[in-house]
Amino acid sequence: MIDIDGITKRYGKATVVDRVNLQIPRGGVVSLIGANGAGKSTLLSMVGRLLEPCDGRITVDGHDVQATPGPELARRLSVLRQENHLPVRLAVGELVAFGRFPHSGGRLSTRDHDHIDRAIAHLDLGPMAHRRLDQLSGGQRQRAFIAMVLAQDTDYVLLDEPLNTLDMRHAAQTMDTIRRMADDLDKTVVVVLHDVNVAAHHSDRIVAMKHGRVVADGSPSEVVDRDVLRHVFDLDVPVSHTDAGPVAMHFGRACTSGDAPLASRTGEFR
Amino acid sequence: MITVARPAPQGADRRYLAIGALVLLGAAAVSLFVGVSGISPADLLAGDAQKRAVLLESRIPRLAAIVLAGSAMGVAGLIMQGLTQNRFVAPSTAGTIESATFGVLVATLWFGSGSVFAKMTLAVLFALVGTAIFLALVERLRFSDIIVVPLVGIMFGAVVGAATMFFAFRADLLQTLSAWTTADFSGTLRGRYELLWLVGGLTVLAYRYADRFTVAGMGRDHAVNLGVDHRRTVTLGLALVAAVSAVVVVVVGAIPFLGLVAPNITTLLVGDNMRRVLPVTALSGALFLLVCDILSRTIRYPFEVPVGTVVGVLGGAVFVFLIFRSRFGAAAA
Repeated sequence: MIDIDGITKRYGKATVVDRVNLQIPRGGVVSLIGANGAGKSTLLSMVGRLLEPCDGRITVDGHDVQATPGPELARRLSVLRQENHLPVRLAVGELVAFGRFPHSGGRLSTRDHDHIDRAIAHLDLGPMAHRRLDQLSGGQRQRAFIAMVLAQDTDYVLLDEPLNTLDMRHAAQTMDTIRRMADDLDKTVVVVLHDVNVAAHHSDRIVAMKHGRVVADGSPSEVVDRDVLRHVFDLDVPVSHTDAGPVAMHFGRACTSGDAPLASRTGEFR
Repeated sequence: MITVARPAPQGADRRYLAIGALVLLGAAAVSLFVGVSGISPADLLAGDAQKRAVLLESRIPRLAAIVLAGSAMGVAGLIMQGLTQNRFVAPSTAGTIESATFGVLVATLWFGSGSVFAKMTLAVLFALVGTAIFLALVERLRFSDIIVVPLVGIMFGAVVGAATMFFAFRADLLQTLSAWTTADFSGTLRGRYELLWLVGGLTVLAYRYADRFTVAGMGRDHAVNLGVDHRRTVTLGLALVAAVSAVVVVVVGAIPFLGLVAPNITTLLVGDNMRRVLPVTALSGALFLLVCDILSRTIRYPFEVPVGTVVGVLGGAVFVFLIFRSRFGAAAA
């Protein structure tokens, strides 16, 4: 379980994350949503010990993320930020192999190779395993980094906007991978997402943040709700209930703040 | 399941290593028989004692010094560009070499010119502090442009160099100073280069940390994620670089551009995985320096041009080429 206890992050006078308490039990996909600047990425970075909180404590299965030795935590928890435009000249296969570093310390065993092969296959990277990152498109590179994290084989995986540079097919594939990481590999995935509908469709639980605090927390059908979304985004978003679950209609004319007429409340997609 | 993950074209680095080693062997053989005192393999077979002495006292030490210094400076540059994530940062563009030279001067002023140990200690210390100052400067920089960073380093090095020059002038040590600022192997004799073996040891040590350096070169976030202590790895790497640069300055004098040019070419060919590119870089650094040294002995035969000058001209040309390539090549790609 990830236990976030009274976490605060301030930059000067601006409080970006404000006394957040959150428990994430093992298993499933948890999405973090919210407007830009709501503090989702900052919170995720603190859980992944990329940022030091000003106040509060985070534990992962009882291990304090600030106090646990780096390599030990790296076998339990992995984190991937969204900025991966670094110009490192590594082959995709080499990068994914570095995901095993916390386990192997650089000497790859047969088991490490199995993990690497599986991660590459999962993300459909086989044909480009020998190509170098600096020769790939942004989306391909993004998938290579996700494969690295997958090869790291941690119980907890934190992903910051993994769909950012992906086209529709690869976004769907990546969400599929995330879902399978939870269902088949028994991992707990916490993922920052922009698209409420993607979050609704693929997660077991959605946590919405606003002004550094958690303002909504529940199942997709609870959070993807017109009133809740209005509160989270300060925007009136009609919600359609379809076979695939609730769909926020965050496009088109109906979508302005205030009391715009509803395009359709129910049934249109049936 | 299909096996696809065995790291990339595994052969590439091995092939370059094999070719490089052969060429290096050839150049080494040439190097042994080039010089004012004409030695040929035949003389040695005939048992010419005097020529044999020249070989043992001068030629072989010179060759060893070149290989040790060249490979170490290449690797130092490789580590530095990896850890700073900037391909134009090297000991000669970060103030490291200038600071080491300043340290040698201070040691000479305080302890006299004979104290090799004091020179080495102060050179290493100054190189460490100088490199740390450069990094602090760069961190404060608002535009961490790939060219601006080394420019700041070059300016910083020039300031340190000017201070060194000033004190050397006041102490009437300008002549001595030029021995440290321009590498020269003409004075390399048995008994006067052995400190360089230390540098060879540090190069081997760097290889032990190759994976950590690669991970640190991916940036702090990735390093933390993979459980690598980023700050410690960077500190260790830069300490290695400072120590290597300082010892080379003390024993043979500053070698410009080598730490910049060699890793730029090898990472282009082999990639940034230190475990694979580090040996290739060591080899190419040694080869580059050896070729420059052979040139420096033959251009004005029977006189010698300091090898530092030859390296400066050749390396400078490659440096300019690399800058143009990155500026316009990046835009095109």
